[in-house]
Amino acid sequence: MTLEQFVPFVPEIALAVAALAVLLAGIPMGRKAPRALALLSVAAMAVSAILVVLYATPSAGPEVILGGMLSVDGFGVFFKLLFLLAGAITLLMGVGYVVRAGYGYGEFASLVLFATVGMMVMASGANLASLYVGLELMALSVYILVGYFKLEVKSNEGAVKYFVLGALSSAILLYGISLVYGGLGTLELGAIRDALAAGSPSGRVVGLGIVLVSFGMLFKVAAVPFHVWTPDAYEGAPTPITAFISVAPKAAAFAMFLRLFLGAFRPAIGQWHGVLWVAAAATMIYGNLAALTQDNVKRMLAYSSIAHAGYALLGIVAANAMGAWSLLLYMLIYTFMNLGAFGFVALLESRGYAGELVTDYAGLAKRAPAAAAGMLILMLALAGIPPTGGFMGKLYVFSAAVQAGYVWLVVIAVIMSAVSLYYYFRIVVQMYLHDGDGSELAALVRDRWLEIGIAACVVVVLILGVWPAPALGWAQAGLAALGF
Amino acid sequence: MGFIQHHLLNIICYLPLAGALLIIFGIRKENTKAIKAVATVVAGLDFLASIPLWFLYRPDGPEFQFVVRGEWIPKVGVQYYFGVDGFAVLLILLTTLLTFISIYSSFTAITHREKEYYVFLLLLSTGMMGVFMSLDFVLFYVFWEVMLVPMYFLIGVWGGPRKLYAAIKFFLYTLVGSVLMLVGILALYFYNSTGLEAIGLPGLGNAATFEIPKLYEIAPHIPPELQFWIFLAFFVGFAIKVPMWPFHTWLPDAHVEAPTAGSVILAGVLLKMGTYGFVRFSLPLLPDATMKAVAWVGPLAIIAIIYGALVAMAQKDMKKLVAYSSVSHMGFVMLGMFALNAPGLRGAILQMINHGVSTGALFLLVGIVYERRHNRLIAEYGGIAKVMPLYAMFFMVMTMSSIGLPTLNGFIGEFTILIGAFNHSWVWALFAATGIVLGAAYMLWMYQRVFFGELTNEKNKDLKDLNRREQWTLIPLIILAFWIGLYPKPFFRIMEPTVTRVLERVGAAAPDRPETPAALRAVSEHHEEPAAEPAEASSETE
Repeated sequence: MTLEQFVPFVPEIALAVAALAVLLAGIPMGRKAPRALALLSVAAMAVSAILVVLYATPSAGPEVILGGMLSVDGFGVFFKLLFLLAGAITLLMGVGYVVRAGYGYGEFASLVLFATVGMMVMASGANLASLYVGLELMALSVYILVGYFKLEVKSNEGAVKYFVLGALSSAILLYGISLVYGGLGTLELGAIRDALAAGSPSGRVVGLGIVLVSFGMLFKVAAVPFHVWTPDAYEGAPTPITAFISVAPKAAAFAMFLRLFLGAFRPAIGQWHGVLWVAAAATMIYGNLAALTQDNVKRMLAYSSIAHAGYALLGIVAANAMGAWSLLLYMLIYTFMNLGAFGFVALLESRGYAGELVTDYAGLAKRAPAAAAGMLILMLALAGIPPTGGFMGKLYVFSAAVQAGYVWLVVIAVIMSAVSLYYYFRIVVQMYLHDGDGSELAALVRDRWLEIGIAACVVVVLILGVWPAPALGWAQAGLAALGF
Repeated sequence: MGFIQHHLLNIICYLPLAGALLIIFGIRKENTKAIKAVATVVAGLDFLASIPLWFLYRPDGPEFQFVVRGEWIPKVGVQYYFGVDGFAVLLILLTTLLTFISIYSSFTAITHREKEYYVFLLLLSTGMMGVFMSLDFVLFYVFWEVMLVPMYFLIGVWGGPRKLYAAIKFFLYTLVGSVLMLVGILALYFYNSTGLEAIGLPGLGNAATFEIPKLYEIAPHIPPELQFWIFLAFFVGFAIKVPMWPFHTWLPDAHVEAPTAGSVILAGVLLKMGTYGFVRFSLPLLPDATMKAVAWVGPLAIIAIIYGALVAMAQKDMKKLVAYSSVSHMGFVMLGMFALNAPGLRGAILQMINHGVSTGALFLLVGIVYERRHNRLIAEYGGIAKVMPLYAMFFMVMTMSSIGLPTLNGFIGEFTILIGAFNHSWVWALFAATGIVLGAAYMLWMYQRVFFGELTNEKNKDLKDLNRREQWTLIPLIILAFWIGLYPKPFFRIMEPTVTRVLERVGAAAPDRPETPAALRAVSEHHEEPAAEPAEASSETE
């Protein structure tokens, strides 16, 4: 192992150093100069992104470095840039929010940076051990972030639930990993794949291991029946953090999911595709139906993000090249849709937990036409109505599943996405079709940075809907890493 | 010329969008006069821009003309591909005309949130235009769904008392249909290229494409079983839109609650998208399944005709009556289409236009009296021919057009459909004729109750007759009704290539079924010029 091998890992190292620096700088600056600190953190993310492009982009095919721990490939680049972008938007959207709530910003920024480092490792891990380490770094940072508003009961409750169930699922995952290791004698994804393709001697143990790993991953992406932590954690967390955990860690979990199941475990597809088929169907059905009855917007969006995990799972169930790249594309689009949507919730929260009920949106179109129009576009996108990115995302995952012959699963998916329109439009109905009586209206917060963040999300969602070709190219560049 | 050939469709499609953007960003919402002016001018220009299509479309030319084509998402074979045939030209003209009329007719009916209203109407127009122009399935689907959003708001914001329910019902119903259609589209797409291996269907190995003319070519290769499923998926999407019995329940709600302009567009254009879908996609792409479907689509259409008419007869509300009459009329269109012969299909296409004209006009007329009285119950009126003579006359013409009196458009359409139905089976023709009789009954009965007799209701004593603007919204439709009624030949001429090609494709698919293609050929030879025939007949009756 030479020192040169560390070069592609420089973005993560730099970001980790920045996270420590921000943690220290946060002690004096966290309350006094939160905006400067936010800019500093965002700058660190930008630097890291530039380093990713410069040093972590593979010159030829995928390349494994650092003793088989990390893989340098287009897949990793795609996700790393996505996480950095999502993290930066979260940091910008969060400043005003955290300050208004009366908390310091230093640890907040530092933890988001640490979580991003963890996710970057998850996106490029080539070894079960490194993937697990990345996952835990991400997860521990996020547990704390969910409970960041330490004086709010809901925030605490969400964090504890998330932590307990998260720890349990990590244990299941780890047990699965140990079984796979016991059966195959290796933790390297490439070696696992070769062993499975050759037909392993201890098939049952490995099979059980793979299924347990899939349970762990299903928990991380919040799929039914491992979703119970989601509504509470999402509702309790500070809204910018809800926005963050609903997109970045989920995308990271899907990145790991892809690396494991379409990369390493694909030869053993018979062992796991039934489990994922059922999970995908159950997730889509339950997520959408449960969202129908929610009056709290954050909970509704929590169930909606469960449902979206279900659609995304179609890409893995399909287990073909299109399934893989469509899932990458879906994660890209989903990130912007959900960041924007939760951003709006944050925008409406004047103080405490106001602005969370559906009825708080009544008459918004009249008082804030631009904000309402933006929210309308995001709701349409989440429901998958063109010409938004949401439609393009769904189109390709559904296509992949049809190509793989899972037509009935797609029928479930399309019907459920029609159902989803109903609850997304409950918000639209309130904004556009109700006047509101003036008293119960939540005040719109003036928060430039938040508004810019949301506007950026809306614009990106529209662009991805009208002109998805370039993004599709980026997603396809990630295929080689999975062996397609 | 070159410029027009290459950009005309883009201009027609996006002019309303440009107008909408201009209103959103250029005009403050208090300045309603400017908003109305811009919307009207844009819609008027759009109608004028679409007129060249009528003159420049050459029936003897290539199937699709005025083609606009470019890459959109090349990696998956999605193109930006516009083009029209005669059938589409007719529907585009109908759309631009009705859009203009509905904008022009809304000046006094809509008194709040005008800015959003005209923006949504213009956006809706772009969506509808795109549907009729798209020759790429993904592009088509995008427009097909885009259109739902403005319509939802038109019903939901400016609708009647139950607007929320009606709007979401409309949206969800049509959405469920269209997402299932999407699954069908994807199956077609993969069959053409890589196949659906997991369910044992090898692909044809063609380059991946959503291009409709290309997909026409693969139609004969699609195995019947797959055809059946795709047909079913398309059927749900289109039948809900038509709407066919038993998928019609969203329609009365949407129509009754929608503002007048919304109803006009809904009846005039949106319902046509269902039948357009059948003619453009289901029939030529899935000929085998179409042949088999005749056995059950025909009866469904007949049920729609009779059921729609009977329910219409029982209505107390004028608008609801007209709404249910749509179910019946669209049943005729479906019946003519699934007779799968030339006269039937010609009649179906013409009747699509006719229905847009006469039902559109009837909704306008009901809207006019509603604006004055805020009441649509038939029982509230009676004898108003005395106070509104001009209105009574316009209403009479459109009633006659709707029930198919010779010299008016409805007659030509229904008569041609009847020929087609009769050629298919006399039973169909018998039921269809019954439907016509019932249609005459409910329309005339309503007319009698509203316009004749004593002027009993005090409130109706000082109803004002039509003003200048209202007259001008109706006059184009009346001219059209007479034009089609007296001289339908140009209409038949422009749609003929579509009719021939669709029937060829349906016929070509069943070489092993000798009876149908032979019969088809016989019929289409027999009725080479059905157009002139009814026209002359009608002038003689005069």
